[in-house]
Amino acid sequence: MPTVVISKNIHVGPGKEHRSIRAALLSAKDGDTIFVYHSLYKEGNIIINKKITMIGVDYPVIDGDKKFEVVSIKSDNVIFRGFQVQNSGYGSLNDLGGIKVYDAGNIIIENNILENNFFSIYINFGKNILIKNNKIRAYGIEEQQIGNGIHCWKSDSLQIIGNHIQGHRDGIYFEFVTHSIIWRNVSRFNIRYGLHFMFSNDDAYINNVFDGNGAGVAVMYTKKVTMYNNTFKNSTGDASYGILLKEISDAEIVGNRFLSNTSALFLEGANRIMIKKNVFLNNGWGLKIQANCMENVISQNNFIGNTFDVSTNGSLVLNKFDKNYWDKYEGYDLDKDMYGDIPFHPLNVYSFIIENNPIAMLLFRSFMVTLLEKTEKLIPSITPEDFRDDHPLLKAYSL
Amino acid sequence: MIEINNLTKKFGKTTALRKVNLTLTSGTCVGLIGPNACGKTTLIKNILSMVVPTEGEIFFDGKNIHGDVFYKNNIGYMPQIGRYPENMSVRQVIQMIKNIRNHQGTEDKELFEAFEMEKIADKKMRTLSGGTTQKVSATLAFLFNPPVLILDEPTAGLDPIASEILRVKIIKEREKGKLILITSHLLSELDDLLTNIVFMQESVVVFNKTMEDLFAETGENRVSRAIHKLLKTGVLS
Amino acid sequence: MKGITTFIIKDILKNRIVILYTLILCGFSWSIFSLEDNVSKGILSLLNIILLIVPLVSVIFANIYMYNSTEFIELLVSQPVKRSSIWYAMFTGLAVALNAAFLIGIGIPVLLFIHPLTALVVILAGVLLTTIFVSVAMLCFILMRDKAKGIGLSIMLWLFLSLMYDGLVLFFMFQFADYPIEKIMVLLTAINPVDLARIQVLLQIDVAALMGYTGAIFKKLFGTQTGYFTSFIFMLVWIVVPYFFSLRLFKNKDL
Repeated sequence: MPTVVISKNIHVGPGKEHRSIRAALLSAKDGDTIFVYHSLYKEGNIIINKKITMIGVDYPVIDGDKKFEVVSIKSDNVIFRGFQVQNSGYGSLNDLGGIKVYDAGNIIIENNILENNFFSIYINFGKNILIKNNKIRAYGIEEQQIGNGIHCWKSDSLQIIGNHIQGHRDGIYFEFVTHSIIWRNVSRFNIRYGLHFMFSNDDAYINNVFDGNGAGVAVMYTKKVTMYNNTFKNSTGDASYGILLKEISDAEIVGNRFLSNTSALFLEGANRIMIKKNVFLNNGWGLKIQANCMENVISQNNFIGNTFDVSTNGSLVLNKFDKNYWDKYEGYDLDKDMYGDIPFHPLNVYSFIIENNPIAMLLFRSFMVTLLEKTEKLIPSITPEDFRDDHPLLKAYSL
Repeated sequence: MIEINNLTKKFGKTTALRKVNLTLTSGTCVGLIGPNACGKTTLIKNILSMVVPTEGEIFFDGKNIHGDVFYKNNIGYMPQIGRYPENMSVRQVIQMIKNIRNHQGTEDKELFEAFEMEKIADKKMRTLSGGTTQKVSATLAFLFNPPVLILDEPTAGLDPIASEILRVKIIKEREKGKLILITSHLLSELDDLLTNIVFMQESVVVFNKTMEDLFAETGENRVSRAIHKLLKTGVLS
Repeated sequence: MKGITTFIIKDILKNRIVILYTLILCGFSWSIFSLEDNVSKGILSLLNIILLIVPLVSVIFANIYMYNSTEFIELLVSQPVKRSSIWYAMFTGLAVALNAAFLIGIGIPVLLFIHPLTALVVILAGVLLTTIFVSVAMLCFILMRDKAKGIGLSIMLWLFLSLMYDGLVLFFMFQFADYPIEKIMVLLTAINPVDLARIQVLLQIDVAALMGYTGAIFKKLFGTQTGYFTSFIFMLVWIVVPYFFSLRLFKNKDL
């Protein structure tokens, strides 16, 4: 027996059938569409618990008055589009969100502006959720007093596409999120990480830009992550990284650009990672590989203008460097096979010294230090001899 | 014009001048003579503040020269060996000294013309011979018509013709009532020039006489002979 | 004395060594930037020239020029010119002429090829080093009457400041690595003008790496506006102190 669902349109706004969103929601039934016209709506916590479509016309402003969670979505099949959501409450116990999804699926949150919320978009036990083209902005100063831009917890099959996030603690935060894609987002000037994820397997990060975040991107305790064509830049400072990989395995990091970070890519306990066709440009350190990393392949990358291309804290070499372009390589290619005839040792002895005596940076590039480096390059005594790229490319890849 | 009181100059342990007292007046041409290393050049350099006195004072026109530089506007100085910036032309050097002295009155271009400086005016200083360089020095010393002229071995290195030109010029300037101080080894040159002789030996002024007195005392009429005679008779030692 | 200064500047600019110096710098920097498409590598090669060659040429040339000008200085002293004016003219003449050589040889290509702010720092470093080593050369001249000794002393000073000093500091650092030596290290590097110049350029090309360093004193002294200003003052001291010291000696020098 098929049921015919007759959906109706409900209008909210000055001079419309409803003056408040709450009233409209109360009268709505599953399948209805609510049009909200431009005005300021201060109605405390708005709870959407029906399968409805909410459409803002000319960005109506929903204000949480710094006390409430602004919009709570507690039903499946909700579309929330075209609103400005602002001034959510701040809670040290509850994670109040601008838009928060509770245990729901098939939801679209699209084209919204989120201003000055504690957490902007918060997905709690979500499934099949599309978060697209939202502009998210907060003004956090201290890590403890601000939440994340897009915060996802124990969710699955999320698509986070084309959002702009700035000024939060972490731009995008994943914990126990699987089978999700993060595509074409811009995450800038967040206090801690542009992207932070833990225990989130089988996710892909493609074409995102992470710029000027306190500590860049942190990827921890995760398997099977794919990171393609992202840009990581301007993460500078003590313990700042383009990407920090911690306890990661079987990941692919391909085609990314690392620009002007203190450390572009930091690997700790990372195994079987393919680092390929990335550009490391003008970073303090290109790769920092801790000694507990194994079976990683670093191949066909460009290392250009970095202060130090690679550094490590041990003498064991369990990773493979091959066919990269190193601008510091000074060899020749007499047999014209495109690769230098002698191997390149990417480890700079002085980066060893700086690791132990940071103040030694003061003397970097002085005559004595350059002499020391050249000597070490000719006759390796401190750096491991087999830490090398046997096929250093003579001309940079066009990446 | 120039009054030197009790002037002592020591270079380290050696004493170049010991308690020198000397008054030089306008209208005289003073020959400062004596054996090598007797302190002639040091005395001149003191007058020009090129060395700093250890003791004593020098007055120029009644004013202490210590800390002053403008009195040098009244002095034309021709050094023993004049050396100049190598890459500058003669004209540039002259122009530079003109700039420095900022001379207001008329310029005395007699030597400039007599030495035919115009012909070499565009040559670089480094290409000039020692004699030609001396001509430049002489030209510069006389150029600003100063009331005092100090000439250190003026004829050394000059050819006979140039020497003669310079002699005539010195006499001419003496007649104008200027004070002229000359050092020279070649005593024979000095005969018609000098009105006074200052003889120095071993850092002290031994005598300061007019030519008339000197000739009268020695019965000679040539400077060189007169000095020799004095030396022989032991008057000086 | 404006007149003398101009004359000296012209004289030095016509000097074959200075012309050669300009041409060599020119050749270096143009070839570095036109052959090397990697700009930061270019700056690095240039840095070595600025830290080693520029001070060396400046100190030796200025020193020899002073000795060769002995008679000229004598001539000037015999003229109605204050000794301080003569000294000032010699200093200005040398500094302006050598800096002109530096600016033509390195300044112009640097401005054309690299980021304006970095270019400015590189140029300022070179100009300050040139001027400092002119000042040092004049001090060596006045301290040593003998030309060979004077040139020897200036080369020794260059050798010490440009090459050996960092070795000694490095040695010191290794010896006392277990102690809190940050303050002393910063102070030690701030004393040496060559190190200051190097660190200023370092702050341009290795800024990402330097940001990773947590040392508070280092950041305070080098990373900020005040830091730039302090470094600048330290380098000015290197110009002013040798200059006035040598001037005092010159005022009482017997020529």
